[in-house]
Amino acid sequence: MGVLDSKIPSGPLADKWAKHKNEIDLVNPANKRNIDVIVVGTGLAGGSAAATLAELGYNVKTFCYQDSPRRAHSIAAQGGVNAAKNYQGDGDSVYRLFYDTVKGGDYRSREANVYRLAEVSSNIIDQCVAQGVPFAREYGGLLDNRSFGGVLVSRTFYAKGQTGQQLLLGAYAAMNRQIQRGKIKSYTRHEMLDLVLVDGKARGIIARDLVTGEIERHSAHAVVLASGGYGNLFFLSTYAMGANVTAAWKAHKRGAFFANPCFTQIHPTCIPVSGDHQSKLTLMSESLRNDGRIWVPKRLEDAQAIREGKLKPTQLKEEDRDYYLERRYPAFGNLVPRDVASRAAKERCDAGHGVNKTGEAVYLDFEAAIMRYGKEKAFTSGIKDPDKETTRRLGKEIVEAKYGNLFQMYEKIVDQNPYETPMMIYPAVHYTMGGLWVDYNLQTTIPGCYCAGEANFSDHGANRLGASALMQGLADGYFVLPYTIGDYLSDDIRTGAIPTDAPEFEATEKAVREKIEKLMSGKGLHSVDYYHKKLGKIMWNKCGMSRNEKDLKEAIAEIAELRKDFWENVKITGNPDDKNQELEKAGRVADFLELGELFAKDALHRNESCGGHFREEYQTPEGEALRDDKNFKYAAAWEYVGEPKDSKLHKEELTYENIEVKTRSYK
Amino acid sequence: MKIYLKIWRQKDVDSKGKIVDYTLNNVESDMSFLEMLDVLNEDLVAKGEEPVEFDHDCREGICGTCSLMINGQPHGPDRLITVCQLHMRSFNDGDTIVIEPFRAKAFPVIKDLIVDRTAFDRIQQAGGYISVNTSGNPVDANAIPIKKHVADKAMDAATCIGCGACVAACKNASAMLFTSAKVSQFALLPQGRVEATERVQNMVRQMDLEGFGNCTNTGACEVECPKGISLENIARMNREYLSAAVEG
Ligand SMILES: Cc1cc2nc3c(=O)[nH]c(=O)nc-3n(C[C@H](O)[C@H](O)[C@H](O)COP(=O)(O)OP(=O)(O)OC[C@H]3O[C@@H](n4cnc5c(N)ncnc54)[C@H](O)[C@@H]3O)c2cc1C
Ligand code: SF4
Ligand code: FES
Repeated sequence: MGVLDSKIPSGPLADKWAKHKNEIDLVNPANKRNIDVIVVGTGLAGGSAAATLAELGYNVKTFCYQDSPRRAHSIAAQGGVNAAKNYQGDGDSVYRLFYDTVKGGDYRSREANVYRLAEVSSNIIDQCVAQGVPFAREYGGLLDNRSFGGVLVSRTFYAKGQTGQQLLLGAYAAMNRQIQRGKIKSYTRHEMLDLVLVDGKARGIIARDLVTGEIERHSAHAVVLASGGYGNLFFLSTYAMGANVTAAWKAHKRGAFFANPCFTQIHPTCIPVSGDHQSKLTLMSESLRNDGRIWVPKRLEDAQAIREGKLKPTQLKEEDRDYYLERRYPAFGNLVPRDVASRAAKERCDAGHGVNKTGEAVYLDFEAAIMRYGKEKAFTSGIKDPDKETTRRLGKEIVEAKYGNLFQMYEKIVDQNPYETPMMIYPAVHYTMGGLWVDYNLQTTIPGCYCAGEANFSDHGANRLGASALMQGLADGYFVLPYTIGDYLSDDIRTGAIPTDAPEFEATEKAVREKIEKLMSGKGLHSVDYYHKKLGKIMWNKCGMSRNEKDLKEAIAEIAELRKDFWENVKITGNPDDKNQELEKAGRVADFLELGELFAKDALHRNESCGGHFREEYQTPEGEALRDDKNFKYAAAWEYVGEPKDSKLHKEELTYENIEVKTRSYK
Repeated sequence: MKIYLKIWRQKDVDSKGKIVDYTLNNVESDMSFLEMLDVLNEDLVAKGEEPVEFDHDCREGICGTCSLMINGQPHGPDRLITVCQLHMRSFNDGDTIVIEPFRAKAFPVIKDLIVDRTAFDRIQQAGGYISVNTSGNPVDANAIPIKKHVADKAMDAATCIGCGACVAACKNASAMLFTSAKVSQFALLPQGRVEATERVQNMVRQMDLEGFGNCTNTGACEVECPKGISLENIARMNREYLSAAVEG
């Protein structure tokens, strides 16, 4: 056995979780009162974990950098959450959800974890409904579903275009109940800046109170990191502005292995970049691909005329349009997985068919859906031979009921009406499949340090299917971690409170203070954003939707250089003992500047194309990804040993006993 | 375009604040309002001055973090959006824009344009939940059908983002719209009925304790609410509150 022990329980796949739960050591309720757990992050993963841990009897402290737990980035999730309920009777099952997820992840995820995820998925919906989450319903009063990419069944539950908001408010409410009972203490506007290890175990964190600038020590018997994904490494992304890797990265530097950092999801349907001042990109939910058709002009002249404003998309005849996803992937059409859809958009734009000023946009068109719904509605309302206007009006109403808030969002940003002219979209960084390596119990390679939600690497392999992140966050937090952590904590029932005056706390706090001082003492040439934008450009151009050896090598060198420049020359105004947003940003960018290098190294070492990781050297003649199962069927877990580029690789070989490993095909 | 800014600057909760003037010369109309402030801050950092601190995170109108008074209106001139969704195309060359924090006794200023809205969290902690265990084995999600229009109404109330614009818009700094949105969501759903009485009493008590003002039905909150939370919710909460009082 290598350093990595995934601790997958023995026995048949379908029995593993039940068996494991029965065998886990339990902490009795009286003893739980003497055990403290820190949860960093109050998104779906952290919020649900904190609420459940508190309800089980542990004393919980939660941390988030926002002013309220309710504002974690999960709030922004739009489309929905998957569950194998088979309410639609379309043949869904736990196995099918498991199968779709492993296949969608291009056979780079751990079978046992994914099966467990599929198994608990339906509990999530029961739980949320009991909490008062107002999911969409049909006229009969039962729950409604929609379809997402990469699957052939309808298993996605949703609450208009605000599913993440409603699920998070459910978890926040569950947290509030425990705060009221005194079982959770919530620290808001607090940022974790380091992890404290005592005798090799995670025993606390150092956090900065973002209002007073005070550096604080917090101790516990275990630390759960649920701090979200690291896509802001690219500067422009669909993430919230404050999303960061700091908590996970600090744990990495203290011994937690970081797995598959280069597995990043570039989402196909986002609003394109409009100018240099841009601070973030906005997602248009994948659910739109249920009804929207993606196309570009067939002829280069037409594309050019459109770019120059001489031609309108609505003027282009059907036969002059290239519905390239429907053409290339007839079986899945517009509902191919995200990695496939993104690359196909890039391919068309690179070939000169892009439709906005910068040439980096394709159309997402609702006209066909509006007319189809309109006809249906006219028919069911008994309107015979409706004219085009009536059909359009009726159809528009239905599309508005389904996607109204997304259309409004689009119109606000782009200043165009998507009911009248097709949306313009382009891929953008959206999700990170990589993250801290965890075993079946969600424990990192540091004893007592657990990791849940997007921050870990566990369930999505090289590509995540739509509506599966919310599912994973809540599965981890409500149903998995609160139990698996008991196994570890059962050894701590006699430990007593962990003192914060231990030398380890002292030393870690000192290191944090020194780092802040060093940041503040930069020569003051360039702002933090200047460096962040430069890093983002390197990442997008050389480690983005398609990668090659030469670019990746350059990226590694350029990032190292940029990091050096940053530490010498960054300019941070104000002082560290106050509220100081520049300092907050600087700390986050400093960590991105290290992660970026590891990211590129990981992408360089993986000589294959799989999921979101596309290496130009490894593709089929038709331009599809060429996976190499013989040499790369493993999760790459990196150990920090100094400079990120020197990180040491550990492999977790992936075995598939319950699913046939095939070339992914959506044709 | 050229924009004149008058921005509230305040060092911390104990200091006195004042309006400071700035001028920006090359504002583009497709910039968002917050990107315009980013540009200002880049300029200030370049000059070695402290940038203007303001709250924001998602920048797409859903997290409820952004909270600016623009020319006296919470979230600015456009209806049904948050300030992070506001674009500079809503302004003209040469405009003067006054930017202040949300003002209310219960929302003390932390720094510049940032206020402390934890009072909202405490109102939710007082009763904004349904007391089910997250670790139990609840009944199947489809066991209790809920009429679509009821579920939709509950959803409309549930879309409140907790931004506080309703409080900032109200001359009494009342938090009725915010509180009633949560009370309504749960009062409408069968799952929430069981605790309806205690919930409304506890949440209203906390609201009063936090120092929010009384509601005098001016309706300013509904007009400024970026999510279109309706005054109907306040009426529903009042009914719930009265019947709770009768029930004792
Ligand atoms: C626009 C958008 C739409 C999406 N839509 C969907 C969808 O429809 N379906 C789906 O399944 N998934 C969707 N996703 C993905 C999904 O929303 C996320 O993967 C998921 O919500 C992550 O949850 P989390 O709990 O792991 O982390 P987050 O919700 O990101 O929470 C992170 C938490 O960590 C805290 N934190 C971070 N760093 C620190 C630190 N250093 N110190 C203290 N606290 C810290 C933050 O304050 C926050 O509370 C979407 C994502 C985006 C961006
Ligand atoms: S009711 Fe409207 S204005 Fe008030 S907090 Fe909620 S969303 Fe904001
Ligand atoms: S920043 Fe999230 S709502 Fe404005």
